[in-house]
Amino acid sequence: MIKVKDISKRFGKVKAVDTISFEVQEQENLILLGTSGCGKTTTLKMLNRLIEPTSGSIFINGKNITDEQPETLRRGIGYVLQNNGLFPHYTVAENIAIVPQLLKWDKKKISDRTAELMEKLHLSSDYLHVYPNELSGGQQQRIGLARALISDPPVLLMDEPFGALDNVTRAAIHKEFKALDELKRKTIIMVTHDVQEAFELGDRICLMDQGKIVQSGTPADLLFKPTNKFVKDFLKDQRLQLEFKAMRLLDIWNLLPNHHKETHTSPLSAHTDLWTALEHFKFTDSETVCISKDKNELKTVGFEQLMSAFNQYKNKQGHE
Amino acid sequence: MNEHQQTLLEFMQQQADKLAVQTMQHIGLTFISLFFAVLVGLPLGIIIARKRKLSGTVLGFAGILQTIPSIALLGFMIPLLGIGPKPAIVALLLYALLPIIRNTYTGITGIDAAVKEAAMAMGMSKWQILIKVELPLAMPVILAGIRTATVINVGVATLASFIAAGGLGEFIFGGISLNNTNMILAGAIPAALLAIIFDFLLSLVQKLNFRKLKRSSYALPVVLLLLSSFYFIPTAYGSKLTAGFTPEFMGRQDGNLGLESKYGLKIHTIVISDAVMYKAAYEKELDVISGYSTDGRLKAYGLVVLNDDKGIFPPYYAAPIVRDDALKKFPELEKTLNLLSGKINDSVMTDLNYRTDYLHQSPERVAKDFLVNHKLFKPARKSNEENIVRIGSKIFGEQYILANMYSMLIKGYTNYDVSTKTGLGGTKICFDALTNDQIDFYPEYTGTGLLAILQASAKTINEVTKNKDSTYNYVQREFKKQYQISWLKPIGFNNAYALMMREQQAKSLNIKTISNLKRYLNSK
Ligand SMILES: Nc1ncnc2c1ncn2[C@@H]1O[C@H](COP(=O)(O)OP(=O)(O)O)[C@@H](O)[C@H]1O
Ligand SMILES: [Mg+2]
Repeated sequence: MIKVKDISKRFGKVKAVDTISFEVQEQENLILLGTSGCGKTTTLKMLNRLIEPTSGSIFINGKNITDEQPETLRRGIGYVLQNNGLFPHYTVAENIAIVPQLLKWDKKKISDRTAELMEKLHLSSDYLHVYPNELSGGQQQRIGLARALISDPPVLLMDEPFGALDNVTRAAIHKEFKALDELKRKTIIMVTHDVQEAFELGDRICLMDQGKIVQSGTPADLLFKPTNKFVKDFLKDQRLQLEFKAMRLLDIWNLLPNHHKETHTSPLSAHTDLWTALEHFKFTDSETVCISKDKNELKTVGFEQLMSAFNQYKNKQGHE
Repeated sequence: MNEHQQTLLEFMQQQADKLAVQTMQHIGLTFISLFFAVLVGLPLGIIIARKRKLSGTVLGFAGILQTIPSIALLGFMIPLLGIGPKPAIVALLLYALLPIIRNTYTGITGIDAAVKEAAMAMGMSKWQILIKVELPLAMPVILAGIRTATVINVGVATLASFIAAGGLGEFIFGGISLNNTNMILAGAIPAALLAIIFDFLLSLVQKLNFRKLKRSSYALPVVLLLLSSFYFIPTAYGSKLTAGFTPEFMGRQDGNLGLESKYGLKIHTIVISDAVMYKAAYEKELDVISGYSTDGRLKAYGLVVLNDDKGIFPPYYAAPIVRDDALKKFPELEKTLNLLSGKINDSVMTDLNYRTDYLHQSPERVAKDFLVNHKLFKPARKSNEENIVRIGSKIFGEQYILANMYSMLIKGYTNYDVSTKTGLGGTKICFDALTNDQIDFYPEYTGTGLLAILQASAKTINEVTKNKDSTYNYVQREFKKQYQISWLKPIGFNNAYALMMREQQAKSLNIKTISNLKRYLNSK
């Protein structure tokens, strides 16, 4: 869907982005991850031509983006920024309606669509006529998201969208983000410097350093098949938690004992990640958890058995 | 001065018509220029906010414009745009430019970068971003700039009267030259009130929230245009000839008032400063002007004096006036100053003035040449530092020449040292300096003493202006009595008020006297 080919950007002597290429599939969540100043924002802004590349080319649906008027291109791409960039002189409703106004939608269509989004984002319609500065940071960020989603663009660019939020609010928004059906249909490129966020929300991650992509792949690829020491070190601090999150029960299915016992609780899907399965022990008092694969295969395992399967899996990876 | 002293309120009531016209003109001038300043300044501010490299140059230039003294700026305008409202509006516009450009620039550049980026990212064009985002968000700052510009303009617009553009300056500067406090206040108080009122109203607009601001920003240009149109309301006027009179002349019994009452002269009149009046007559912007009969520009610009056949202009014989205690302190002074007595007649003075005003010779050189030619010049003696005679002069060439002559005479004939304080504005400033012991003497004119300083009653004026000696005797007596100031012997010339026209025009219309002028104006 999106194809980035050998793009570079120089600001005077600074090589902000240095010959990078990547592809994003339809409905995929690609995360650009890296420390501050590594060129993530610059890369993102080249996709909607807020910045023009020094060299290289970008294709969306096979079409070179320079063939289109920048304004037209941008109206078809949602954009969410860290400091939300809401217009302080527009009400919430007016802010959300900016792109539809540019696209000349009629009033009814705008207000219907606004109401729909407000509901999906758990925002009360009372807020429609207040100004952004009367809202909390989390609410402002949701309005920013609504503004980007209103015209239902197929592509969404997000630059540290949750970076300005406190941890509690951020965790809540992450959960909503994953649950939102609107987003499931979209091709999303998101910038973050937060490793956890990247692992939680990304289908694939491009880890960047000094304007280059160091490794790109699934979260599991980065964890278990790091291409170099930089990648390993980058993930070191939160390694264990990341591994739990990156691994699905399916990955260790064969290492789990073949045992089943009837319980009242409904079984977890084998596509669930290990972290969630472990949390199961924390939140319910039961000593075992039931896992189902393809609806008909069932296994009931305890905490110890999960951990041992995890360790076996890792040892195997290490020897590969 | 045994007449009832007129109060300010009485004056304002009596002059209500003029006050209304001047106030309207003042408001009109302020807002026409403001309107154009916004028209020029706003786009400039936007351009330099886009191309920041230009900002230093543009803001620097507008800043320099503001440091030019107002009078000088008005002066620069005359060769380019003549006299009247045009140059005044341009000058005011230039003053108003800096706050408007600067605030537009800071207003726009101060907008949160994330907001601008979001606007761009959503696919707004540059123009849409400007109209929907940048201008509304910068508006409170821009309005603050417009507010500053308005207050500046109300102030500077008082000077418009110097170049015949009207406004409350006519009262203010007329009052200063006529030594008439009521007149000064009748101009100054409304001007100050205008500044305060407009400042207050604009502060209200500035505080409006975004929603109301959106609505009122459409109303603003309309209000501006409406206020601007004030200027044109009073000027629907037709006449064959146009007269330009100084503010001083306008308010005097021996000036325009006398022309109206004794000659019944009715002519389309604009008020203009002495500094540009002669040139304007020469350039045919004006046909009749009020001038001084010894003015050098008379010769330079080919003008002739109309004969005052009904004798409304009292004699203006020049003589030094000295504080009595200064005469005592400097016993040699009277004798020395009287050396000049009887030496300069009208045509000599006109010629001397011509040299300074038109040939641009320095007053010092003109004074020295004259003294040498008349064998009065002696090189300066060694002076005795403690005895310093302070000479004053009003702010025009003739007075500078006389002050220089007196200075040379004192240095050559006595041991006193001299300091000169030239350019003390009009009569009021000079005379106040004399009575307050800031200067010891300055050259004054008998008519001025009688009318502007003593403010004699109409009856007295009628009596004593019949001939030059009775005027001189009267002012000499009264100055001694009221102010302990002595009039020394007259220098010889009579620098009276006079009406003048271009020689050629006067000839072709066959106008030689003021009565001729009136007859011509009345003929269809
Ligand atoms: N407009 C600009 N002018 C000059 N240098 C810039 C500009 N934008 C970014 N840079 C530089 O480019 C590099 C990458 O910046 P950026 O893409 O914003 O990094 P990130 O988003 O990963 O923190 C940094 O060194 C930054 O200083
Ligand atoms: Mg960034």
